[in-house]
Amino acid sequence: MLKVEGLNVEVRGKQVLHDIDLDIPEGSTYVLFGPNGSGKSTLLATIMGFSQFEVTSGRIFFRGKDITDAPIDERARLGIGMLMQRPPNIPGVRLRSVLKATSGDGMDVERAAGELNMDSFLERDINVGFSGGELKRSEILQLQAQGPCFLMMDEPESGVDLVSIQVIGKKIRDLIGGIGCGSDGSGTIRSALIITHTGQILDFIEAQKAFVLANGTIQCSGSPDVMFERIRRHGYEECIRCHQRN
Amino acid sequence: MSSEELRRRAKHAGGKTASYGDDIDVDNFQVAPRELRAGEDLESLDRDLKDSIINVGVVPDQQERAGSFLLLDNSIVHTSKQVEGLEVMSTQEALKRYDWAKDFVWNAVQVDTDKYTAKTFMEDSDGYFIRVKSGVHVAHPVQAGQVLDSVRSMQNVHNVIIVEEGASMQFISGCTSTHCAKESLHLAASELYVMKGGSLTFTTIHNWASDISARPRTVIKVAEDATFIDNYISLGPIRSIQLYPKVFLDGPRAKANFSSISVAPPGCKLDMGCMAVLGAPETRARIVSRSITTGGEIINRGRLVGLAPMIKAHLECNSLIMADGGISIAIPELEARLPDVEMTHEAAVGKVAQDQVEYLMARGLSEDEAVGIIVRGVLEGGIVGLPDQIRLEVEKAIDQTNIGAL
Ligand SMILES: Nc1ncnc2c1ncn2[C@@H]1O[C@H](COP(=O)(O)OP(=O)(O)OP(=O)(O)O)[C@@H](O)[C@H]1O
Ligand SMILES: [Mg+2]
Repeated sequence: MLKVEGLNVEVRGKQVLHDIDLDIPEGSTYVLFGPNGSGKSTLLATIMGFSQFEVTSGRIFFRGKDITDAPIDERARLGIGMLMQRPPNIPGVRLRSVLKATSGDGMDVERAAGELNMDSFLERDINVGFSGGELKRSEILQLQAQGPCFLMMDEPESGVDLVSIQVIGKKIRDLIGGIGCGSDGSGTIRSALIITHTGQILDFIEAQKAFVLANGTIQCSGSPDVMFERIRRHGYEECIRCHQRN
Repeated sequence: MSSEELRRRAKHAGGKTASYGDDIDVDNFQVAPRELRAGEDLESLDRDLKDSIINVGVVPDQQERAGSFLLLDNSIVHTSKQVEGLEVMSTQEALKRYDWAKDFVWNAVQVDTDKYTAKTFMEDSDGYFIRVKSGVHVAHPVQAGQVLDSVRSMQNVHNVIIVEEGASMQFISGCTSTHCAKESLHLAASELYVMKGGSLTFTTIHNWASDISARPRTVIKVAEDATFIDNYISLGPIRSIQLYPKVFLDGPRAKANFSSISVAPPGCKLDMGCMAVLGAPETRARIVSRSITTGGEIINRGRLVGLAPMIKAHLECNSLIMADGGISIAIPELEARLPDVEMTHEAAVGKVAQDQVEYLMARGLSEDEAVGIIVRGVLEGGIVGLPDQIRLEVEKAIDQTNIGAL
């Protein structure tokens, strides 16, 4: 579904990602681990097409189409969606308006918001003054409105309390388990790429593969549970060392 | 002040250019017709005229309106009221009926402010005179339309609102022109008084045309524990408008809140702003303006003057430039005459934030749609806290500008 080949990315003239290759087939969920500042968010933002992130070489393909130079909204309409680590505030724009504009009336806004305990946020200015956990729930609600078939999630569980994690964990599982891209009726089985530090989200979803990104390069990959356990015990160094040896 | 003294001052100020705004030669306009035609039914007006006033929040069926007033050129066409304790008449009639009315005329607004006020005096101008008797809370808004309908003509208006002790009212002032009006000028002097413990919400919707100019002059006096809330909306084209209402918070704990949203299409010059004088202890003022230029020029002035202890005042100006050729100038001023004051200002001029646009595009909206939603948000953010009925009028007005399609 998503294929990244030899991707090099600069932010403000500084190279952040080096020679990234990635291939995520339809219907699979991959996980991205890695130390702070290693370039995980940068990778997701580049796939989404945000203008700060400049592809200096390499290509990105989505469902067979070269989207390396496609505008953001085209990518979104093709079926790419993203839960952002740090979404911007937009004063004066209510969460409800955004949900309405993106879902094209295809979603029962009240009900979806209720399921995420976000009913009382619909009339609030989007992201303005939202707490850490509220931001995540709002992002998930927006993804639900959009209905992408490739879901990129940047630390969906960080800052979420122990009760809410049950709610959002199940919601994310349902989203990834869904079928189709937005309003297009195709039977596309969804895929996901999820960044996590705590690994908590892994209790709710079934992931096939994990990667460690360090210093802007993919260092190693393997089974998510095994990799997570190894990082927990030995840190990222072991993976980086193995990678350098090979 | 005696009428001789007023006349002397007006004469003296006949050639006095205003402090701000391009100078307009009033002699280039003929005084618009003033006919005796009061008592007409708003519902039976011409289609064209009806549509014009509906666009500025004045509804002919008077549903959910406590009173109505309509001025067409210089003719008073309609005055009515639905509730006890509210009076709606013309200023000239009030001067005849009430001996005390003269104390409220050319009192807040100085006759020699500039040549426009002088002209308004010289023409014995008429307008609305609205009074809410003490303790009366008028539930629905009172509406007043001021419409220009003639070519190269000048509308001269003199308005008075008195909200007596402990009384309250919401007021909608809709100003517009029909397609018969060309190259015309609107001049107005409006004197608003909110007495002890009273409350007045004053919402103005301007919808002129690209060959119309306006020079409204408004002064508000707010007494002890009273509240004045001003909302100003100008979304359509206009050749040139300059306004700078002044509010005097004369009594302790008096409050004033100004919000304005304006759009300057190409060829328009908007020189807006207001001044709040905090003249008594614990008074509060807040001025928030949101503006957008799609090619025209916008000046946003704001001036807070702190003259008493324990006051709080804030000035905020946010302006977006949406097209090349657009000019936006923000001029915030704070003046304090003693240490025990809290006065702040914020001003931002620029384009729509790229990260906001991209965020919405990542949800599948086109760039234009994203910008439309954000701009609408900026404008609507300028009028939060409006009473529901009035907010609906403003949202309708924003819809009609087609901001989403910029
Ligand atoms: N807009 C930017 N301007 C300057 N530097 C940036 C910008 N965006 C990212 N960077 C830098 O690029 C590097 C990678 O950042 P990125 O946000 O991708 O890290 P991350 O792996 O997501 O980290 P974390 O786990 O802390 O979220 C960091 O050194 C960061 O400071
Ligand atoms: Mg990150």
